[in-house]
Amino acid sequence: MTDKVEKPKLTRMEFLSLTMGRLAVSALGAVGMLGWLRRRKKNTVWQIDPMTCVSCGQCATHCVVSPSAVKCVQSYPICGYCRLCFGYFTPNAPELTSAAENQLCPTGAIERLFVEDPYWEYNIIEDACVGCAKCVEACEVFGNASFYLQVRHDVCVNCNDCSIARHCPSDSFSQVPADEPYILKHDQELLA
Amino acid sequence: MGKRLRAAGSVAARLALRWSGTLCVLVALGSVALAQDVMRFPKPEFITGYDFPRTTEPAPTTTLQQWIDVLVLFLCLSLASYLAVKKRSRKGIFALMMFSLAYFGFYKQGCVCPIGSIQNVAFSLFNETYAVPLTTLIFFMMPLIFAAVFGRVFCSSVCALGAIQDAVLLFPVNVPKRINHLLGVIPYAYLGAGVLLASTGTGFIICRYDPFIGFFRMNGNAPYLLLGAGFLLVGVFIGRPYCRYLCPYGILLGWMSRFSKWHLSITPTKCVQCRLCEDSCPFDHIDMPNEGLDREERETGVRRLGHILLVLPLLVGIGGWIGNQLAPPLASFDHTVLVAERVLAEQQDPTLEQNIYSEAFGQEGRSQEELIAAADLVRERLAFGGWILGGFLGLVVAFKLMKMSMVRNQRDYEVNKPTCYSCARCCPTCPSDELHMPNFVALGDLQPVHQLDRVEVPKQEPAEVSAKS
Ligand code: SF4
Ligand code: SF4
Ligand code: SF4
Ligand code: SF4
Repeated sequence: MTDKVEKPKLTRMEFLSLTMGRLAVSALGAVGMLGWLRRRKKNTVWQIDPMTCVSCGQCATHCVVSPSAVKCVQSYPICGYCRLCFGYFTPNAPELTSAAENQLCPTGAIERLFVEDPYWEYNIIEDACVGCAKCVEACEVFGNASFYLQVRHDVCVNCNDCSIARHCPSDSFSQVPADEPYILKHDQELLA
Repeated sequence: MGKRLRAAGSVAARLALRWSGTLCVLVALGSVALAQDVMRFPKPEFITGYDFPRTTEPAPTTTLQQWIDVLVLFLCLSLASYLAVKKRSRKGIFALMMFSLAYFGFYKQGCVCPIGSIQNVAFSLFNETYAVPLTTLIFFMMPLIFAAVFGRVFCSSVCALGAIQDAVLLFPVNVPKRINHLLGVIPYAYLGAGVLLASTGTGFIICRYDPFIGFFRMNGNAPYLLLGAGFLLVGVFIGRPYCRYLCPYGILLGWMSRFSKWHLSITPTKCVQCRLCEDSCPFDHIDMPNEGLDREERETGVRRLGHILLVLPLLVGIGGWIGNQLAPPLASFDHTVLVAERVLAEQQDPTLEQNIYSEAFGQEGRSQEELIAAADLVRERLAFGGWILGGFLGLVVAFKLMKMSMVRNQRDYEVNKPTCYSCARCCPTCPSDELHMPNFVALGDLQPVHQLDRVEVPKQEPAEVSAKS
């Protein structure tokens, strides 16, 4: 730095400018190169690991999309098809019918369909689900844990910094390859 | 799974209270639960030929769409370069800006943008476990490459954040130079902190505090929307406040643009010192001629430069020390540190109730020692990074001081390449520009009238002008 002070003013500036220019461009090249070496072809999306989620309820409140891009999903092969579904009915439900006061879900987003005695099928109506995890928690604790949360990619805008991920107390969010965007509890292929 | 079940056990007590009505049923079922381990209720045996439905898996944005975005970015940057450097057309730039605002802002809803991609690149460079997706890397590199050749054309009309601010700039007022210089240090700090926190895997703060994303997504929580509204409100008077006093990507663009060969210029031919462009830049990015002005002795300047060079190591050292001291607040952005602090606080103060973080930690089954060790590691990395960040900022301040004491000879009105957004507002004000000549026809032959007597103006060669365009 100091030896350049002696040179004539304009030349020094020009020299400095040229050197710094080359430096800047090579630095950019180097970063690009390193990035290229560590690139991955597939894009990533955010997903919840249902095995570590603690159903804290943050998913409903911290998504940038409202209602949240996180919804409850049902793994049918795990479900017990119970007549008394702990995820569907509130504790102390007056009777086991689909009347609103019997339901645990605050938005009535679970559909209850009769299959055959004594089995009932439970489906999530995703447009209504807000991802509050109330049913997930109850099913987890008292049932077969077939209800769990997943980021639904038709709703999620794939934030670079997922707003729920940074609030998730159990660090259950991770970026997964976009061609395997779900972490389901059962193997879909076994159903076929 | 064991972890999962332990989790279930601890929540059970809490829920059981709520479920008192059905508790008796549960006692009966409890034995089933234990026997079944995972499935408390047996798999149903259907007799009516019922098939298990599949869980639906709506697909995310396809890779093809991501590449389309890359293509759109490339086309926009090319068009912006053409409009800024060749056409020098404010109208064209404005139209493209509106398109970018619609596409990258309201349609793509912001992510991933080149500004945020700084962090993805930094994160991937320092972490074995994360690799930057190729399209994100391209989003990071492309505007910088364009800046190195054509100037900050990205800022002119491709950046959605720049566009939303540029669109609201209705009553520009000037900001005093000193304040500009002072606030101009913030983007360096933001860049440094963003890179530090991303490379240590602590968090992506540049995305977290993006003030405009809430508008692009048409929702968001109140504090951020208010912040964004504040920026826009200020932006009505002070041109592009985020760009000038915060944007970390602007720093990188400036480093590249400084040496760009084909940069937008106020005049396509020769500056005739008519001073018509003087007030046209709302961002104060025009370098004014200083020939013939009273200037301090060269000796004084050189001596001051020497002094700054002498205190440079001191500045870097002090900066580093401050950065090191700032590590604890920076660490509070980290999840592990947050949990560890909460768990310790609860231990010391038994009246403190568990919050979701300590509760989740309790269910996780990790030992407290492990947690504290992990948190300490984060703190250590940030303390080390703090030295580098602070030292870097000390260097920035030293360079700023040096630049202020080295007055360059400036002959003509020229854009300041590192900071100019290539918005082309100044172009139509130049009368020696054939393209914009119609603006001046009514004013008659301006050039001799507006010459400053202290400057010698070379005679304009009209033939040369038409040959060029
Ligand atoms: S990435 Fe964004 S939209 Fe998707 S779940 Fe997270 S916060 Fe919601
Ligand atoms: S924030 Fe995390 S722990 Fe809470 S419900 Fe969502 S995924 Fe589960
Ligand atoms: S300075 Fe930053 S925010 Fe402003 S236009 Fe340029 S890249 Fe966008
Ligand atoms: S093109 Fe550059 S110098 Fe001209 S008005 Fe825009 S920002 Fe200012």
